[in-house]
Amino acid sequence: MSTAALPFRILPRITDRNRFFWTGGEVGELRFLRCDDCGTFVHPPVPVCPTCLGRSLRPHAVSGRAVLTTFTVNHHAWMPGPELPYVVAIVDIDEAPGVRLTTNIVGVEPDAVQIGMPLRVAFEQHPDPDDPASSGVWLPLFEPADT
Amino acid sequence: MDPNDVLERRAVVSGIGQSAVGRRLGRDPLGLTIDACLDAITDAGLTVADIDGLATYPGPMDVPPGFSGAGIVDVQDALRLELDWYTGGIELPSQLGSVIDACLAVATGLARHVLCFRTVFEATAQGDKGRASAMPGGGSTFRAHGFMEWVLPFAAPSAAIWVAMFAQRHFYEFGTTREQLAWIALNARRNAALNPKAVYREAMTLDDYLSARMISTPLCLYDCDAPSDGSTAVVVSRADTAADLRKPPISVHAVGSALHGRPSWDQFDDLTTMACRDAAAQMWERADLTAADVDVAEMYDGFSFITMAWLEAMGFCGKGESGPFVDGGASIALDGPLPLNTQGGQLSGGRLHGYGFLHEACLQLWGDAGERQVPDDPEVAVAAAGGGPLAGALLLTRSR
Repeated sequence: MSTAALPFRILPRITDRNRFFWTGGEVGELRFLRCDDCGTFVHPPVPVCPTCLGRSLRPHAVSGRAVLTTFTVNHHAWMPGPELPYVVAIVDIDEAPGVRLTTNIVGVEPDAVQIGMPLRVAFEQHPDPDDPASSGVWLPLFEPADT
Repeated sequence: MDPNDVLERRAVVSGIGQSAVGRRLGRDPLGLTIDACLDAITDAGLTVADIDGLATYPGPMDVPPGFSGAGIVDVQDALRLELDWYTGGIELPSQLGSVIDACLAVATGLARHVLCFRTVFEATAQGDKGRASAMPGGGSTFRAHGFMEWVLPFAAPSAAIWVAMFAQRHFYEFGTTREQLAWIALNARRNAALNPKAVYREAMTLDDYLSARMISTPLCLYDCDAPSDGSTAVVVSRADTAADLRKPPISVHAVGSALHGRPSWDQFDDLTTMACRDAAAQMWERADLTAADVDVAEMYDGFSFITMAWLEAMGFCGKGESGPFVDGGASIALDGPLPLNTQGGQLSGGRLHGYGFLHEACLQLWGDAGERQVPDDPEVAVAAAGGGPLAGALLLTRSR
């Protein structure tokens, strides 16, 4: 994807706690913290497992598949961003029970978006102005899994 | 629950006040705040010297513009209050969390008369730029953090978008329709027509609603509240000060502040309800009354769907049944079984941000609501505020 085609995005502030998430796209991986002790997925990332209170949490790559739980077609220009209208959705991650992401649905007309549709991750790479030497920030967007 | 353990019953609302309310008043927000505060103190039959507690939401904030017109320090110093207790902050069970705190402060003897206030001047602060001016991201160096880290990169900066996704899920699971949701807005507008302070009073039809500009499906322009200027204040007093007051106070029967779900707009377990589920359940656990006893309900409508969630959470209708419940508007009309948002809510009354619902609930119980007064001498009211992961509620009764 060429940089010129990218919409303006406010990027996340990258920290030691969240870097694995926002850079996983570089190797095509959607990653979430998982507890080594009990297997619970934890998102957003925090340094403790809410299930067993274990402190051994490590990034774990999932398949990138998800199900669309709910969405909205946004028609209002709140700020510079994707071309209107665009779809904001909440998706449930297939292998990570209880983990959801707010994201955008791409690769499909807004009218064709439906709750329950299977999705797969599609990363959008943005240069990181705070760390120009890095591969940037990789936003996990989602597209229909059957395209 | 043992009534002796429901300590908030030691609290009453002794007075209410409100400044001018409008779009772009161009007034000093501290001036609006003082107007509301003095109005409430006078209404209670007290003097400034009687006030020994102060509470507000959210405390000083520069952004979003106009979101906070005054903080504790501003009001304490302006009125030279000698305080035994005070609180101001944003991490509370909704805007009315500050009033719940005040109830507990008087119940525990930390204060006798707590002045509570909330001031907004969003209309003036936004000017002609509208809500776009309230969005983060001025300058390319801004980076999202906190909860916004998980929504801003996806061009989802507004609660309109977040609430829209709850509404969409509700539509999907329960068959709710825009034609049903419309009645939250239409009911608010017909009540606003009877409220001289309301910001939008012109008649609105279902056709007007359905043809309005879409904001974020399924929410259209009229599903979103109106940024406004205004300040609202209430005085919360110890019940045993009643003899010192100008009129029989409103009794606080029970409050609800619970949040059992995750404190998040997108990780909350059930995307067809909100934190109101937990706060309302707790309120009823602490009450000797039931939903059937409520004569008037004033419940948050920053976006129309939030009121639908409150209707279900409070048990005024069944889970998933808010659509059919409000359809046609008869059940929630001033002369219906559950008069709702009688001042016009925030949708048409103006975005006074939570406190307006408490003000109106008290006004109705005192019988002082003028043309929009609910008939048959209402005795029990609910005031509830907050949407998404924020919720706080008070069950109020008229003193006998």
